[in-house]
Amino acid sequence: MSEAAGRTAVNPRRADGLIGRIGLALGPILLAFLTTAVLLAILGRDPVAFYRDILLAGVLRPSGLQDSITRMAPVLLVGAGLIVSFRASLWNLGADGQYLLAVAFVAGVGSRVIGDLPPVLGWVVLAVAAMLIAGAWTFVPALLKARYGLNEIVTTLMMSFIGIAIANVLIKGPLKGDEMVPQTFVYPEGTMLWDLPGTTIHVGVVAALVVVVLVHLVLTRTSLGTRLDVLGANPRAAVHMGIDVPRLIVVAFFLSGALIGLAAASDIMGIFGYVRADWDPGYGLKVVPLVFLAGLNVIAFIPIAAFFGVLSIGGDYATRKADLPSDFILVFIGLLFLFMIVTQYVSARRARGEPVLPAWFRRTLPARDATEGDGG
Amino acid sequence: MVDLLSPTFLTAVLAAGIVAGIPLLFASLGETLAEQAGVLNVGLEGMMISGAFVAFVTALAVGDYWIGLLAGGIAGAVVSLVMVVFCIRLGLDQIVVGIALVLTAEGATSVLHDIWYSRSYPRLPNVEPFRIPLLSEIPVLGGSLFSQPLVVYVALAGVAFAAWAIRRTRWGLELRAAGERPDSLDAAGVSVVRTRTVAELMCGFLAGVGGGYLALVGAGTFVPFVTHGAGFIAIVIAMLARGRPWWCVLGGLLFGISLSITTALQVAGIAIPVDFVEMLPFISVLVVLVLFVRESRLPSALGLPYLRGSR
Repeated sequence: MSEAAGRTAVNPRRADGLIGRIGLALGPILLAFLTTAVLLAILGRDPVAFYRDILLAGVLRPSGLQDSITRMAPVLLVGAGLIVSFRASLWNLGADGQYLLAVAFVAGVGSRVIGDLPPVLGWVVLAVAAMLIAGAWTFVPALLKARYGLNEIVTTLMMSFIGIAIANVLIKGPLKGDEMVPQTFVYPEGTMLWDLPGTTIHVGVVAALVVVVLVHLVLTRTSLGTRLDVLGANPRAAVHMGIDVPRLIVVAFFLSGALIGLAAASDIMGIFGYVRADWDPGYGLKVVPLVFLAGLNVIAFIPIAAFFGVLSIGGDYATRKADLPSDFILVFIGLLFLFMIVTQYVSARRARGEPVLPAWFRRTLPARDATEGDGG
Repeated sequence: MVDLLSPTFLTAVLAAGIVAGIPLLFASLGETLAEQAGVLNVGLEGMMISGAFVAFVTALAVGDYWIGLLAGGIAGAVVSLVMVVFCIRLGLDQIVVGIALVLTAEGATSVLHDIWYSRSYPRLPNVEPFRIPLLSEIPVLGGSLFSQPLVVYVALAGVAFAAWAIRRTRWGLELRAAGERPDSLDAAGVSVVRTRTVAELMCGFLAGVGGGYLALVGAGTFVPFVTHGAGFIAIVIAMLARGRPWWCVLGGLLFGISLSITTALQVAGIAIPVDFVEMLPFISVLVVLVLFVRESRLPSALGLPYLRGSR
C-alpha cells in the first residue's frame, strides 16, 4: 500500500502574517455561524436567542465561564495529541478509544488506590499510567503503518471502536463500584485535583496549558519536531535524510496517544471523579477540524480550544433550551470544517495569483467583455 | 441450553449474518468502485447514515421498501456530490472532506430524528423473505441463504455485474486507469474527472442503499448513529478486496456472521457482554487485515487529486 493517505491535509502554513492567519480562522467560523443560523431558522428556532444562550451560558455567567475554561483542558490535550501525529501526516483518528481506556483506568483503578497514595504523587502516578495506556493503544496501528505502510486511518478507527467496547466491559465488570448502576467507584473526598483558589477550575487546566506549551517547544525547537515535519512533508525525503521512519512513526503515535491519555486523567481527577459505562464525549473527530483551523500550531490552538469550550458548554444549554439534541453541535463543526477547507483553498489560489474560481466553474459563467480592465 | 450445532441454530446464525452483512456488501462494493478510480471515501459512513435516514423516512411515508432503498441511494449520491465538487473537481484533500461529511451527516440525521421521531419512535413492518423454490428446502442453507428479502439477490447480481464490468469492459479499464495512472488516461483522451465523478456517484448511491438496507431490513427503524462504524469497516473490506467485488461478499459475510454468532450465543443462554458483541466485527476485520496485510494493495493514485498539468 502506498502512502496515498499521507500528505498534509490542507497546507496550514501558507497564509501570510498574523492577520491573514486570523482571517483564515475567523472566516470559516463566521460562515459556519451564519449557515447554522439559517438551519436554526428552518427548524423554527430563533437563531439570535440560540447564540445569545451560548454566550450567556458559556461566557457571561461566572459558573459557565469557569466550566468553559475547565472544558479547555481535555480539548487542549487531545488537540495537542492530534497535532503531533497530523504534523507527521499520520492520521490518528482513534482518539476516542485511547481516551476512554485511560478514563476507565483512572476512574476504575484510580478511585480505589488514590487514598493509599501520597498526595500529589498519586495524581502523577495515575496520569503517567493513563498516558502509557492510551499511548500503548496506538501500537497496533503504528506498527502496521511502520512495518507494512498499512493505512492508519482505518486501523486507528477500528482500534478506537474496540477500545471503547473494552472500556465499557471493564467499567461494567472488573472496575465496577458497588452501586447498582454500571459505574466505577467515586474518588474519595479530598483526593481530586485542587481547584484554583476561589474558582471551580482545577489545576489540571493549568497543567494542560503548561504541557501544551512544552509540546509546542518540542515541535518547533527540537530535532524531533523537525523530523516529524519532514516525515509529514515527504516520507521519501525523510528516508533520504537518514531518519529511522518506522521508529519515528511509532514514537509519533505513542506521543499522540499519551497526550490524549493525559486529557483523560485530567478529566477524571479534575472534574468527574468516576465514570459511568457508555459515557463518551467523542472528542476524537470533533477536535480534528479545530486543529486544522489552528494550522496545526499548538499555540494558535489555545484560543480555538477556548472557543470550543464556550461552544460546548454554552451549546449544551442552548440546544436543551431550543429542544434540540446536543448532536446539533456536530452539524456546526462539520460545516465549520467544510468552510475551512474552502477558505484555505481560496486563499491559496489568491496567494498564487490565480483566479479564485476554478476554470471549469468560470466557463459556466457568462463570458465577460474582452475589453474589460482596459481602463478606457 | 440450545444445541449449538443444530440446524435451526446454524440457520439462524447464517440468516442473521447475511442480514447484517448486506449493508457492508453494498458499501464496500461502492467503495471498491471509488477506490479503483482513485478516490478514498473516508466519508462512506456519512453516506451510509444519510441513506439510512432518508430510506427510513421515505419507506415510512410511502410504505414500500424498494422506494425507500432507492431514496436512500439517491441521498447517498447527493452526499457524495460534496466529494465530487470538493475533491474530484477542486482537488481538495479527500480525508479532510471525508471526516467533515461524517460529522455533518451524523449530526444532521441525529437532529432530524430527534425533531421528527423522538416522541413516537415509529417502526417499519418486517420485510417478507423471498423463498427461492426448491433451494429454500435445503437444510441450513435453505432457511438462510435462499430465504432472504429479494434485494439480497439483486445485490449478488450487482456484484456479478460489477466484477464483470471492472475486468472486462472499456469502462472498467478506464476506471482502473483513473486510479493507477490518471495521466495516461488523460493522454488517451478520456476525462479523469468525469470517470472519477461517475465512480464516486455510484459509490454514494451504493453506500446509501446499504445504509437504507441497514435501517429498513436490518433494524426496522432508524436510530442516531445506527451505522456504528460500518462505513469504516466497509473501507477495510474494499481495501482487502483489491477491486474484486466477490471479495466484498466474503468480507460482508465475515462481518455479518461475527456479529450474528455472538447474538445467537446470547440467545442460546451464554452470557456475552453486549459490548463484546459490538467489538467482535472490528476485531475480526482487524485480524483479517493483519493476516492479509501483504495482500492489501491500493491503486497508486488513490487519494491524490488529479490536476491536469501539475507534474
